[in-house]
Amino acid sequence: SPRLHVGSGAVEGAMQADAKIRTESATESGPRGPSCSLRHFACEQNLLSRPDGSASFLQGDTSVLAGVYGPAEVKVSKEIFNKATLEVILRPKIGLPGVAEKSRERLIRNTCEAVVLGTLHPRTSITVVLQVVSDAGSLLACCLNAACMALVDAGVPMRALFCGVTCALNADGTLVLDPTAKQEKEARAVLTLALDSVERKLLMSTTKGLYSDAELQQCLAAAQAASQHVFRFYRESLQRRYSKS
Amino acid sequence: MAAGFKTVEPLEYYRRFLKENCHPDGRELGEFRTTTVNIGSISTADGSALVKLGNTTVICGIKAEFAAPPTDAPDKGYVVPNVDLPPLCSLRFRSGPPREEAQVASQFIADVIENSQIIQKEDLCISPGKLSWVLYCDIICLDYDGNILDACTFALLAALENVQLPEVTINEETGLAEVNLKKKSYLNIRTHPVATSFAVFDDTLLIVDPTGEEEHLATGTLTVVMDEEGKLCCLHKPGGSGLTGAKLQDCMSRAVTRHKEVKKMMDEVIKSMKPK
Repeated sequence: SPRLHVGSGAVEGAMQADAKIRTESATESGPRGPSCSLRHFACEQNLLSRPDGSASFLQGDTSVLAGVYGPAEVKVSKEIFNKATLEVILRPKIGLPGVAEKSRERLIRNTCEAVVLGTLHPRTSITVVLQVVSDAGSLLACCLNAACMALVDAGVPMRALFCGVTCALNADGTLVLDPTAKQEKEARAVLTLALDSVERKLLMSTTKGLYSDAELQQCLAAAQAASQHVFRFYRESLQRRYSKS
Repeated sequence: MAAGFKTVEPLEYYRRFLKENCHPDGRELGEFRTTTVNIGSISTADGSALVKLGNTTVICGIKAEFAAPPTDAPDKGYVVPNVDLPPLCSLRFRSGPPREEAQVASQFIADVIENSQIIQKEDLCISPGKLSWVLYCDIICLDYDGNILDACTFALLAALENVQLPEVTINEETGLAEVNLKKKSYLNIRTHPVATSFAVFDDTLLIVDPTGEEEHLATGTLTVVMDEEGKLCCLHKPGGSGLTGAKLQDCMSRAVTRHKEVKKMMDEVIKSMKPK
């Protein structure tokens, strides 16, 4: 069932730029049509003082905090002569990072590498640090969105924006976008797809469970439609932030 | 002269071949390297398989041990995969804790086992709540020349087909397990997932079964794991250039043909294995 958001608009109090050294901008998603069933999402940028860019992305009850340092000094062993070295660190909410986190870091890093214009900053490092604040389903997609917003906040040159969308396929074949943790557990298959903003091509995909080829195409089409809402939200969020300052 | 050109401009060197729709080694773009499989080579393991995909060599050994079943699933056993990329296989791996590449491959194999339901974990249970089998699957790469995921999946599948578990009975009086080594049975393999890897060049061209050098030059990779009914267990695309739906469709059809090739090889292997 479609979940409509409640409320919209930037946090007015934080926009008094002269009173604060750092401006914080938080936006919440505007009204969406009945065909889109993404949960309510919200984003806040520039909330941390030390990283060059930071963002907090909220999707329903799932929340991820991202910080970007870069372009900065790189260790000689890791430097690439003609590109920036991208590094992603993902910290789970509880426990030490394990093999699953390493796998997710690799997915997020390769997605960022595909869009970041690394050749403009050779022999530097760009580090994206993600901290899971709460996990209520669609975690990887939320991490991708937070990473993208943080990279934009840091001013890292990119050739496109990207967003993450999660699709869950139930046993009867119905498709649910942006599932909650309970829906993910009950689903037959869960697909997380990352799409770019220019041509809506598939940048990254990781899946769990069994599904057919036709269902994959169906999920891809649904994700492409849903990504429009996410990209429009990015655009509105940035427009609001830069229009008042 | 060609060797000099290859060192200085490796990408241009490859592009010349790709324009002619072939690899430097003469393969077509949609052709896999010669695949060979050898099972039962490790006598101390309960099941083993050696897979060679061109130069890439991967060996999988499976040991079965006893363990208490997990508390949240007392009627299930465990399958624990581990992929090891030792310094032996390639210059880029040094000794020490597992590198990211090995961890990603281990996670991939664990996902394939979980998603495809290759064996029912309930089959590994001996006595619910008390005793179950745990299968330690160690996959070691002996020679790294690209396309490690396909080789590991195939090695795992072949080794699991080869595993023979002895019959275990629980003695009611003592409560201890009695293993009958004379009576062994094969595992019930329900599906046969086969992985097909592609490399994306210059955002447009898709080639199948990339070698080590090609993987390094590629702008993206994609691995599709398919079982015999055409169902996808895993679509692993870790970033890289974007792909449209149509290109994905081409990859699926290639994965289907690859599955048939591998299945034929597996059937021959199984036939040779079973006692006459």
